[in-house]
Amino acid sequence: MAASADRLPWWASNLLLPALNLLAAFLVSGLVIWGLGEDPFLALSFLLEGAFGFEEGVSYTFYYATNFIFTGLAVSLAFHAGHFNIGGEGQAMLGGLGLTFAVFMVGDFSPFVSVVFAIIGAALFGALWAYIPAYLQAKRGSHIVITTIMFNFIASALLAYFLVGPLQREGGQMPESADFPDGAALMGMHELLAAIGISFEEGPVNISLLFALACAFGVWFLLWRTRFGYELRVVGKNPNAARFGGISVSRMTIVAMMLSGALAGMMGLNELLGEQHRLLGNFTLGYGFVGIAVAFMGRNHPVGITLAALLFGALYQGGAELAFEMPSITRDLIVMIQGLVILFAGAMEHMFRTPIALLFERYAVRGAN
Amino acid sequence: MDFLAEITLLVDSTLRIATPLVLAALAGLVAERGGVVDIGLEGKMLAAAFAAAAAAAVTGSPWAGLVAGIGASVMLALLHGYVSISQRGNQIVSGMAVNIAVAGLAPTLANFWFQQGGQTPLLTGDARFRAIDLPFANALSDVPLLGALYGDIISGHNLITYLTVLLVPATAWMLYKTRFGLRLRAVGENPEAVDTAGISVVALRYQAMIIAGVLCGFAGTVLSTGLGAGFIRDMSAGKGFLALAAMIFGKWKPVPTLLACLLFGFVDALQGRLQGVSLPLIGEIPVQFTMMLPYILTVLILAGFVGRIQAPRASGIPYEKDH
Repeated sequence: MAASADRLPWWASNLLLPALNLLAAFLVSGLVIWGLGEDPFLALSFLLEGAFGFEEGVSYTFYYATNFIFTGLAVSLAFHAGHFNIGGEGQAMLGGLGLTFAVFMVGDFSPFVSVVFAIIGAALFGALWAYIPAYLQAKRGSHIVITTIMFNFIASALLAYFLVGPLQREGGQMPESADFPDGAALMGMHELLAAIGISFEEGPVNISLLFALACAFGVWFLLWRTRFGYELRVVGKNPNAARFGGISVSRMTIVAMMLSGALAGMMGLNELLGEQHRLLGNFTLGYGFVGIAVAFMGRNHPVGITLAALLFGALYQGGAELAFEMPSITRDLIVMIQGLVILFAGAMEHMFRTPIALLFERYAVRGAN
Repeated sequence: MDFLAEITLLVDSTLRIATPLVLAALAGLVAERGGVVDIGLEGKMLAAAFAAAAAAAVTGSPWAGLVAGIGASVMLALLHGYVSISQRGNQIVSGMAVNIAVAGLAPTLANFWFQQGGQTPLLTGDARFRAIDLPFANALSDVPLLGALYGDIISGHNLITYLTVLLVPATAWMLYKTRFGLRLRAVGENPEAVDTAGISVVALRYQAMIIAGVLCGFAGTVLSTGLGAGFIRDMSAGKGFLALAAMIFGKWKPVPTLLACLLFGFVDALQGRLQGVSLPLIGEIPVQFTMMLPYILTVLILAGFVGRIQAPRASGIPYEKDH
């Protein structure tokens, strides 16, 4: 039975199954919405209208999707190395902190240098925040799931400390930093589109979307086209075989987790450098956890992750509009859908895979006769 | 404030804070001893906290809350069991899915039923499990030392805290002295042997999940109807994970796990007392740093002081009869 599951054609495994998983999650969500006394189909139409119905909505959809590409890639890269990094949230917070230090360090010297240093700062702090749990897992055997969760709480407190202390806007009451120096900002996509003659309404999506796509390509290339990526996947699939093959499992754990942390850390490029232009307390808003759902939905492949990120971008933007139209539905519902997607796409994939595999087998046998 | 009173307060709040931790850690212990890793303690606790607070708010009875809390938690435990045991899915992923789904569903329902922005109404009076004054607590209050020990520390907790004190030896007895416990431990170490003996691995693991669900139900109920007075968004605040860490620190044994939970409770109580207090030499520690203490302690404990960790050998591995 287990063997036949592997013989699914690629489209059944990569398109049909995710579609069924998503359908199952939507079905349960629809029941909940119906239980809340609202019409699920009307809710879906509000959601789609909110996500794709007008140019600013589309801009927000892609803006959220950019966050989720970063956090989804982060979860997926660690997963390929055999680790479940649920610390994306904390790594993103620290990335934001690193980014903020970097832009204030550069000041208004040069916008280009600001952006380069911001990227380095975000990636570096994110990677370092992942390094400690990774090191503890690799050398001391402490459970990475628990330590990364703990590091989320510690990161949140650390960010709060800086934002009501050393980094707080002068004279401000809110947990937020001063505005970034002039020029420490990323170009909006509407400006870029205008430059090539396409007019698009102003919105939050910015060129970090392109950077996220570049990262997706980079992860694909690293994992499937380099020796290092091959070794990383071997460690994830079978650490014993990796050890026999002369690969250092603990070193790979640390490196993979640091790359994962760097990816999560770069989420701040979109949120802070692209849109807010200052550091905000808890600016990550659970996006690190969305990465888990995105990674499973996208079957841990960068192309799938990009598409799944777009789906969740639409859910977040459409969900905000939906909450506006239907007051009994709040954004919490989107969090629940996230959990259901993780359940169906990540944990219960056998539920659909096995029957479909059996179906294909029967069909194949008939065809042969 | 004098030193003794300070210590009394500290010990008292340690017991208070440790109660849900102990219950959740016992839940994790029973599940893992049976071979199912349960990272979803957090979500089950939150679900139980919400269900208990909602039911208590509507009926005015904490007992209805307890029933609802345990019901919600057991249902999630069975879901996790179905995924882990019957579907042989990834148990870590399943647990995390439960955590996230509940974090979304609980405030959604709270908002729908009570329209208070994702909270339940404040529970007052008899709708909570209130502090119970043990007999003679008042009479003894003037006796030095004994008065503080009995009157302020032992007396004055809610019913579930007292129940927890009984549940630790009860769990130990169940694990080590009963036939069910022997089989449960066997199914977490060597399910093939249990299967060969003609005992159903699947049934045993489901039973373990139900027990874990009940214990987690108590943990969540005490959060919202004993320690707190209503459900607040994300009120479990990582306690499910602290409980898991305590269970690992306690090496999957009831009494050491209890001690680990008391340590966590003590550190959490201490950080509460340290807020805004100026210490000699160091001065006042920013509140954000004292808040980190329990989480940092968890990391430190998992990193070093545990020694060689030996989890139940088959925990986290789905059992396949046909291989």
